Amino acid sequence: MSQENIIESLTGKTSKKKKSRIPAKLDFLQSATGLILAIFMIFHMLFVSTILISKDFMYSVTKAFELSFIFEGGSTVPVFISILIIFIIFIFHAFLAMRKFPISYKEVLRLKTHSDLMNHGDTKLWIIQVVTGFLLFFLGSVHLYIMLTNPGNIGPFASSDRVYSDTMWPLYILLLIAVEFHGAIGLYRLSVKWGWFEGSDPKKSRKRLKKAKWILSGVMLVLGAATLVAYMKIGAEHQSNYGERYTIQTEVQNAY
Amino acid sequence: MSREITITALKYNPSDCNSKPTFVDYKLQEEPGMTLYIALTKIKATVDHDLSSDFVCRAGICGACGMIINGKPKLACKTLTSDFKDGKIELLPLPTFPLIKDLSVDTGSWMKNMSIRVNSWIVTNEKTDISKLEKRIEPEVADEVFELDRCIECGLCVAGCSTAIMRKDFVGAVGLNRVARFSIDPHDERTDEDFYELIGDDEGIFGCMSLLACEDYCPKNLPLQSKIAYMRRKMIKV
Repeated sequence: MSQENIIESLTGKTSKKKKSRIPAKLDFLQSATGLILAIFMIFHMLFVSTILISKDFMYSVTKAFELSFIFEGGSTVPVFISILIIFIIFIFHAFLAMRKFPISYKEVLRLKTHSDLMNHGDTKLWIIQVVTGFLLFFLGSVHLYIMLTNPGNIGPFASSDRVYSDTMWPLYILLLIAVEFHGAIGLYRLSVKWGWFEGSDPKKSRKRLKKAKWILSGVMLVLGAATLVAYMKIGAEHQSNYGERYTIQTEVQNAY
Repeated sequence: MSREITITALKYNPSDCNSKPTFVDYKLQEEPGMTLYIALTKIKATVDHDLSSDFVCRAGICGACGMIINGKPKLACKTLTSDFKDGKIELLPLPTFPLIKDLSVDTGSWMKNMSIRVNSWIVTNEKTDISKLEKRIEPEVADEVFELDRCIECGLCVAGCSTAIMRKDFVGAVGLNRVARFSIDPHDERTDEDFYELIGDDEGIFGCMSLLACEDYCPKNLPLQSKIAYMRRKMIKV
């Protein structure tokens, strides 16, 4: 046990008689990891929703992530590494965000009563974040672990089989709702927390940011729902050929 | 013709071992321009002499009459009974502060401790010579300092804050506003490192979750959202 830790835990000060800089770092990292995950989720949604354009397009996007322009036929290693990085950031973010959760009965009772009585918009948004964040511990972990252990099984047929035949769709519905609310509220709260886009009239800017948050949530939920339906439809049609992987030729062959 | 309104107040005296927390209904005739201050004064004068609540200025300046009015932290003297269309008003004491009795809470001790904790005064090595004029500062800077000095320490920002509700050691927007005020003031010679020693922890600036009830319920419309963000950006760089 380091003497420095003992000194700080007992006196609240470091040996230089200063406050620790750790709380500042944790606060910054909570925001930074949240921002990375929120931006990742927006792009993730855009990429998975390419299935709405065509199977070929989704397939070519998948292959691009497998760096098929460098490795012949693509490699699962870059996909695995990307998922692993996101998983680590996800766990770290959950760990940091947990510090703010109400834990004891007294804290939960006081917060719930306070929120119900006051009916204050931003306070309720945070409670939605706490609830969706808690759900994401499980929903997100299941999804990320499955993807981490199957980095090669991403594509029009592989993903659709997972959604439909592997019965992942109930989890994806919950995951979609939890992520889109959590992420959009998180981006709004990051903006007001750090004073981004404040402009000359912070009150007006806050109203605009809140509006943008609802638009983002709405667009992402509609896009996500449409994407999920598309994968369900392909999965149902492809059920008899479960396990078969998509190639551009496969689709041409099936057409005849 | 005036309507009858019902005011429901939580009554409890924690220093009386026979007192049990209970809600009591008071019915009274509403008068034109009636504030909750007037309504409570009338109740205390005519119905229940035992009901406790705090008032001093009646004009939104002293900050003594803060309470939870239909769930929201507000000043009783600035709240009209006519704002409540159904004529039903529920009053609770401000949470987070020690309860004295009924609607009366001890914000004074809390604010004193907060002031001491954040060293809420000008710190300078310059010797004060009262025969000379104070060091001049830019009018824009003075305006910014005076704007934050308008805080009346009513405690509504603390009572509306979810962090303060859960964690009693949280310094609250009022404390963070104090630090922002002195960090802007050129008369104060403290550095950001010095301010970090006052609020650089989870009971200070990093405990704030930016839920902004402080900003939304501040009766003086102080720019708490921007000033807390300003302090957070400064403290993160220390």
